[in-house]
Amino acid sequence: MTDSLANDIRLRRRYQAERRFRIYGITATASGLLFLGVMLVSILIIGHSAFRQSFIKLDVTFDPEVLQIGDKTDEESLRYAHFQGLIRVALREKFPEVTDRRELRELYALVSRGAADVLCEILIDDPGLMGQRHTYWLPASDDMDLFVKGEIKSSAPEIERQLSDRQIEWAERLTSDGLVDLRFNTAFFTTGDSREPELAGIWGAVKGSFYTLLVTLALSFPTGILAAIYLQEFAPKNPVTDLIEVNINNLAAVPSIVFGLLGLAVFLNFFHMPRSAPLVGGVVLALMTLPVIIIAARAALLAVPPSIREAALAVGATPMQTVFHHVAPLALPGMLTGAIIGMARALGETAPLLMIGMVAFIADIPQGVTDPATVLPVQIFLWADSPERAFMSKMAAGIMVLLGFLIAMNLIAVVLRHRFEQKW
Amino acid sequence: MSQALKHSLSTEHRAKVQARGVNVYYGDKKALSGIGLDIPEHQVSALIGPSGCGKSTFLRCLNRMNDIIEGCRVEGAITIDGADIYAKDQDVVQLRARVGMVFQKPNPFPKSIYENVAYGPRIHGLAPGRKELDDLVRDSLERAGLMGEVHDRLDHPGTSLSGGQQQRLCIARAIAVKPELILMDEPCSALDPIATAKIEELIDELRTRFTIVIVTHSMQQAARVSQRTAFFHMGELVETGSTEQIFTNPKDDRTQAYITGRIG
Ligand SMILES: Nc1ncnc2c1ncn2[C@@H]1O[C@H](COP(=O)(O)OP(=O)(O)O)[C@@H](O)[C@H]1O
Ligand SMILES: [Mg+2]
Repeated sequence: MTDSLANDIRLRRRYQAERRFRIYGITATASGLLFLGVMLVSILIIGHSAFRQSFIKLDVTFDPEVLQIGDKTDEESLRYAHFQGLIRVALREKFPEVTDRRELRELYALVSRGAADVLCEILIDDPGLMGQRHTYWLPASDDMDLFVKGEIKSSAPEIERQLSDRQIEWAERLTSDGLVDLRFNTAFFTTGDSREPELAGIWGAVKGSFYTLLVTLALSFPTGILAAIYLQEFAPKNPVTDLIEVNINNLAAVPSIVFGLLGLAVFLNFFHMPRSAPLVGGVVLALMTLPVIIIAARAALLAVPPSIREAALAVGATPMQTVFHHVAPLALPGMLTGAIIGMARALGETAPLLMIGMVAFIADIPQGVTDPATVLPVQIFLWADSPERAFMSKMAAGIMVLLGFLIAMNLIAVVLRHRFEQKW
Repeated sequence: MSQALKHSLSTEHRAKVQARGVNVYYGDKKALSGIGLDIPEHQVSALIGPSGCGKSTFLRCLNRMNDIIEGCRVEGAITIDGADIYAKDQDVVQLRARVGMVFQKPNPFPKSIYENVAYGPRIHGLAPGRKELDDLVRDSLERAGLMGEVHDRLDHPGTSLSGGQQQRLCIARAIAVKPELILMDEPCSALDPIATAKIEELIDELRTRFTIVIVTHSMQQAARVSQRTAFFHMGELVETGSTEQIFTNPKDDRTQAYITGRIG
């Protein structure tokens, strides 16, 4: 009687313990997901507006006199022409009542400085437009853009907002006349960095990251795989290889900034390689990624059953044939996954690149591995560090682009793993 | 055929392999001591003995698979056709082409059935052309008694076969290299009785062309397939002789105890 009672209690306790454990597990998972969700949503909220840009419709006359170039129409002269003047003329036509110099300056500030470059490109493409009058949608300035997107409220006190009462009045007039439009911001995906938020784009950083990772991959993948194969399959077990093994494991845990210092001391100061270049960044990141790739590749090789090696050796394959015909192909998915995870880490790395000057302001889009460049995470850092409010959304948009690439790389890892996995 | 018949009928069999004073160490641990054994040509020699007595170790000496084990050291002399296989100028790869091996657990390559068999001939350059290789693969599968079951799916993965079929595929893979000697380490221990019977039958057929050394933990199997038996105990070769003599009239008490089931 008492025995079965004790048994009942024990049973109930066991069920309770199981239930409790499940609740703990679900809570932990849910809170993890919650944090992730909050992070992604806040990035989306801040960043989504960067993908759209306000444009103002203006009637522009390509007047050689305003352009101050006389009768020359060659590209060289046009590059130095006064296109800003054309926009000012167009704005004054829209608002003839504004005459005061200070007020005029405020009026001009509604249109982006980049608008002049847009007109310049148009005229260079078709010099026949000289003297003609056409309507163009020109990019608004960052503050105007924020107002159009509703991020500057006219209800706020004047000194607390970037636009004056007058500017807001003009902006509202332009809007009610249908001369303001929010469009997809193609420039964000095609241009480099800029001091003007409305002109700043991510493309320079994307290409910088691309060249940097190219160098990293070219150096660390073959080196890492070959080192792993040698250490795992061929190297004798002795104190020297033990020491190497310990060192590789330690290197994987070295803070990345240390690799940056190494790059600064060795590649820049000693070998005098170019500053801010993807070449140096790539080499530094390759050093950082190498241990990760080696460790992953060795784990993949270790997971290949020894019976496969025995089978190959027993039919008279040489150790090299055994590895390259049988072991390495089986380990390939694991090796590729390790390499891609290493690459993804390199893509998100900032600290070591700061040390070798990849943090400079670079407006030009890099055309090779030796051009000055920056990379995605550093670009995000630079924008986060800028005082203009409009850079906030650029930063969040940059994070989205970076996350997009990271997700894409992980998907590639999954697909490759699936493709090369021999299930038999 | 007449050749094979002559071989199986003749009572005198030349010693294909001779082991003299073989000691094997794993690090400091001595696994075999002073083994002296002759393996007659075109016969099946069974190595029996309790688990851990060194049967596999001895078998792996014959194709130098022990070379790949860290810390394993072999002393003494082992000759095949009179040539020392541990001589300095002996190429291990060539030795393993002459001495095939079948393992305890079937271990086909994770490739097609065809590729499994074709791999050995390919790396040894045994078939100059596509046609010759095809013939060699088919012939080997035929000899391993597998062709009938797999002729229409040579491109299927070798690992999709049943355990017994996989083991016969491994035998086909070994004989495709045209070895002189085939080593089998408990080839049936992972198989059901029907698959085991098939392999035993196969071993008996293979004897006409190859010299076979088989390790087995089953005394019935040793009695069924082998002509010679060697009994190992605690790293020593206790007794060797014709299978009939070992099982009916063992000279050593330990052999007697083992075959009657008192040790092992
Ligand atoms: N790779 C190895 N490393 C160390 N000791 C081993 C190794 N392989 C076998 N041994 C030892 O050698 C002895 C003989 O093993 P083995 O030849 O496998 O025996 P059997 O095949 O007769 O069961 C055993 O005591 C075993 O522990
Ligand atoms: Mg064994």
